[in-house]
Amino acid sequence: MDIVQAILYGLILSSIFALGAVGVSLIFGILRFAHFAHGDMVTLGAYLALAVVTLGQVSVWLALPVAVLVTAGAAIAVDHVVYRRLRRTRPVILFLASVGVAFVLRNLVLGIWGPQNLVYEPGIKLPMQFAGLRLKIDQLVIIVASIALISGLALFLRMTKIGKAMRAMSDDPDLARVSGIDTDAVVRWTWVLGGALAATAGVFHALDTRLQPTLGWDLLLGFFAAAILGGIGRPMGAIAGALVIGLASELSTLFLPPVYRSAVAFVLMIAVLLIRPTGIFAEARR
Amino acid sequence: MESLLGFGIFFVSFAGIYAILALGLNVQWGYTGLFNIGIAAFFAVGAYTAAILTTPESPNHLGGFGLPMIAGFVVAMLVAAVLALAIGLITLRLREDYLAIASIGLAEIVRLVLKNEEWLTNGTRGITAIPRPTSVTFFVIVAVAVLVTYWLVERARRSPWGRTVRAVREQEQAALAAGKNVVRFRLEAFVFGSALMGLAGALYAHFQGFVGPEAFEPMFGTFIVWVMLIAGGSGNNRGALVGAFLVWGLYAVTGFVATLVPPEFATQASAARVVLVGVLLIVVLLYRPEGLLPESRRVGPGPD
Repeated sequence: MDIVQAILYGLILSSIFALGAVGVSLIFGILRFAHFAHGDMVTLGAYLALAVVTLGQVSVWLALPVAVLVTAGAAIAVDHVVYRRLRRTRPVILFLASVGVAFVLRNLVLGIWGPQNLVYEPGIKLPMQFAGLRLKIDQLVIIVASIALISGLALFLRMTKIGKAMRAMSDDPDLARVSGIDTDAVVRWTWVLGGALAATAGVFHALDTRLQPTLGWDLLLGFFAAAILGGIGRPMGAIAGALVIGLASELSTLFLPPVYRSAVAFVLMIAVLLIRPTGIFAEARR
Repeated sequence: MESLLGFGIFFVSFAGIYAILALGLNVQWGYTGLFNIGIAAFFAVGAYTAAILTTPESPNHLGGFGLPMIAGFVVAMLVAAVLALAIGLITLRLREDYLAIASIGLAEIVRLVLKNEEWLTNGTRGITAIPRPTSVTFFVIVAVAVLVTYWLVERARRSPWGRTVRAVREQEQAALAAGKNVVRFRLEAFVFGSALMGLAGALYAHFQGFVGPEAFEPMFGTFIVWVMLIAGGSGNNRGALVGAFLVWGLYAVTGFVATLVPPEFATQASAARVVLVGVLLIVVLLYRPEGLLPESRRVGPGPD
């Protein structure tokens, strides 16, 4: 029974990893750098929702869309001020700039909200019980909403003009440019989607646990591990990667101290890098 | 006057430890283009190795060896080098972002182990009673360590080895075509730089007389070293030294300003200091990516 419960918790964690890892993978595919500030964008989204909850006295579910919009806007703004001007340099310089952005974001959150644990709504929510398993309503919503959002993203990338343009640019940026794709619009949409999914992941994780300035940082390793596992630059592969990382992290608590949960993601990632550096879910090169 | 001198000695000693970290990173990133953002791992492993080897017996953690400091320095470098060898063998064959992500993961694992394996490190309470020389003696030790390190890395830079690793960084294909074993040179640079970081860790342990996992969080273990090297001038060892002293000086000045802030705003003050360092990094990358003292473009032997 413990195993089934751990799998259930693993699915929640996988959902949150998937929301972040898809963004990391999209940004990597289109902008060609590993976005180190992604974890702190997740944190920002979670705290923005808290601001709406406390200032507007509304439920977190109403605050979520506001946080999503503001985080997406913030992502575009950071791109405009920092990353856009570094696009002509090497990818590692962009990566390094995103390290700076990460520390700035996290410490802005720390300065505004302080280091203590916070929650959206005080009080303890009792989990539902069925067949000896425990699951809170919030957790069920997290899983269902994540599946819906990612299916929506898949449809967006497949059906819309801008989604197709994004995939084209990810496959071959030069070819995309010469064939008349508006690359600026593609970049903007990449940040909108990445930021929106990051904020959602932040709100979900804060609902499931608590708000903490290192909330997103603690997830970042899992995002990268999932993205690499799925073959980086392939958003849909990242979902499979997130499933593996999320389940493995939770299942590891059955035989490892829970403090090492985040280390499991790293060890798995190393194993994949050793065996198949292109990711286990990546297609063979045609 | 005396307290000013005391502060000067303290400041230069601390900055000297960071200077060694920056020189180690310069060998990895500045010379060879290896993107190590897990400096904290090697720094921490060096510090804890020295702490465990030189402290008297304690029921709280592994130890009781009571070895002299110099033995701690040597073993700290060795342990950091072995760790670098293991991680390098796995990741250096791959693309550069993978080393970055693997190294930050390593740093997090090291931090988790230090925090949670009480039998080894006494957990969050850390290791105390590490032998601490007087501040003047320590100042001399750090000064010697910085000078020897500088001499070593500068010598390496001017050697054929230094030219090869720069070729590996600039033109990997050309280096391969010239028959150079690119992976091997990368591995050597990675291990060399990491051993220096281990040395910095050992110095830090004896400087503080105490090590705990807090000191090796990403900000002070890794991030600030990057800001030092980039601001000073990546690829230039004098730049690494200047960057270390300048950034640490800036941080010390803001720390002094922070003491004037009322205590209820202490969190905000320390957060603002980190924001400042982050902004500094971004500004340098945007407006002066080559740093204060850019790398010399001259190739070939002879003074430059």
